[in-house]
Amino acid sequence: MTEQTDAIEAQIAQWRAWLRRRPAIRPPDVDELEGHLRDQITALVAAGLSGDEAFLVAVKRMGSLDAVSREFAREHSDRLWKQLVVAPEGDGTRGWFARRELVVVLGLAVAAAAAVKVPELFGRRLGEDAFYALNASLFVLPLLTGYFAWKRGIERKRCLWLALPFAAGAVTINTIPFARGGHTEALAALHLPIALWLAVGVAYAGGRWWGGSGRMDFVRFSGELFIYYVLMALGGGVLTMFTVATFGAIGLDAERLAERWILPCGAMGAVIVGAWLVEAKQSVIENMAPVLTRLFTPLFAAVLLALLASMAWTRNGIDLEREVLIGFDLLLAVVLGLLLYAISARDPRTPPELFDRVLFLLVASALVADGVALAAIATRISEFGFSPNRMAALGENLVLLVNLAWSAWLYARFLGGRGPFAALERWQTAYLPVYAVWAGLVVVAFPPLFDFA
Amino acid sequence: MSIGKDLVAASATPLVLAILAEGDSYGYAIIKRVGQLSGGQLRWTDGMLYPVLHRLERLGYVEARWATADNGRRRRYYRLTGAGRAHLATERRHWEVVDAALRGIWLQMAPAPAAGVPA
Repeated sequence: MTEQTDAIEAQIAQWRAWLRRRPAIRPPDVDELEGHLRDQITALVAAGLSGDEAFLVAVKRMGSLDAVSREFAREHSDRLWKQLVVAPEGDGTRGWFARRELVVVLGLAVAAAAAVKVPELFGRRLGEDAFYALNASLFVLPLLTGYFAWKRGIERKRCLWLALPFAAGAVTINTIPFARGGHTEALAALHLPIALWLAVGVAYAGGRWWGGSGRMDFVRFSGELFIYYVLMALGGGVLTMFTVATFGAIGLDAERLAERWILPCGAMGAVIVGAWLVEAKQSVIENMAPVLTRLFTPLFAAVLLALLASMAWTRNGIDLEREVLIGFDLLLAVVLGLLLYAISARDPRTPPELFDRVLFLLVASALVADGVALAAIATRISEFGFSPNRMAALGENLVLLVNLAWSAWLYARFLGGRGPFAALERWQTAYLPVYAVWAGLVVVAFPPLFDFA
Repeated sequence: MSIGKDLVAASATPLVLAILAEGDSYGYAIIKRVGQLSGGQLRWTDGMLYPVLHRLERLGYVEARWATADNGRRRRYYRLTGAGRAHLATERRHWEVVDAALRGIWLQMAPAPAAGVPA
């Protein structure tokens, strides 16, 4: 009998090892499934089956490992972030697909780099007017969307819908008669990429934008792409410096080359390459954004609390300079970023821990600080008047404030054990289009509102 | 008789919640109870139950904790929450509407053909 039990134990251990290899199934889940398997085997042996037979029947009833792990993956997409390929169909096609993807990515990166030089053929010089600043996102984001449309296998008809926002953005931004060097022009250049980023997100999520975890994956993707982009920009800066310095050493001036080719083309191509790196190498830096979040959340919370305490202690009000609103916008954006990446990396099923309390403290203190600033501004709004910059800053502040206020409420409910963490996640993903809508408003509605100044 | 995948998936949530309304339970026992309730007609692939349970947990309808059973085996026990109870009531209303509609039309139709006889 013991010999047989040993044999079953060996088989169970082997089955466990198989399960462990699935990225979507975590060790506690393996324990849970193993408990089930053992209960089943015990019942079958009690019904008269031999150990071997019982094991086979129990495993069969558990279902195919591929199908089960796919179901786990669908439920726990945060785990699959490591390996986005959901249970590959077969290994034969993987190498071929990877090679073809590399060709597509390089092609798109070169296309993005070339696109930024095309207007020059028609006499548009870089730095002459705001043309390049206004259109910067239109050189590369359609190509990035195309990459995801190709990778996710989005059908033709839906691709046309995806192209629509870019066409509309291109027409709008180039037909509005901006006053040269005006504020509305600068605001439009700043807000168009934010509005268009939503279209990239829809393509990124494939069919999972409505319902499912596509939006949270897109938030993760955006954070990691940002980190990759900053790293590549640093590398690019070093490369440019070397180019200029070494060519200078042999008596050739490469500064114009760097200014007119390396910088603009590199900035565009790097977006595509960065996106591909995030897609391909997720496992390498999967924890970058969450680790930074863990590091800086307590520090930001401490600074904010110290600020509030000093304000209360010294009774110093906020010095209402011109840029104070923009400063508070940045603060709220940083806090929101910390909140988003903490949420994206968290297993929604774990109970509240110390870090959650720190995060809640951060959000709450940011809200209080912003409330004080807004109250101070509201009393003097007539004095300031509504310039486009101030209007945009105020709008952004309200957009972020609404998000954080409701997040704080949901977080408090979660900490009090009166609501699930998933509600917070749902609120954040549902809120994503609001940013794009507001950014679109700034692009489209502000110029006529402020006489294109 | 094998019941279609979609129907099994749709009925999983109310069944699991209702079984947990009877008392705390764990995966294997829930599967056994489903078999019992359907006279063995409704067979789930065992592994598929757990993603369903985890989804209900994420939505806050059930809570889970590890506990050691009498036979020394560690099991993950699930308990229905207040939100789960409320959701179960909603689900029940929906299913009763579907059930009533089907019953109405079954009564007007000829009796069901006996199982196993080809049409």
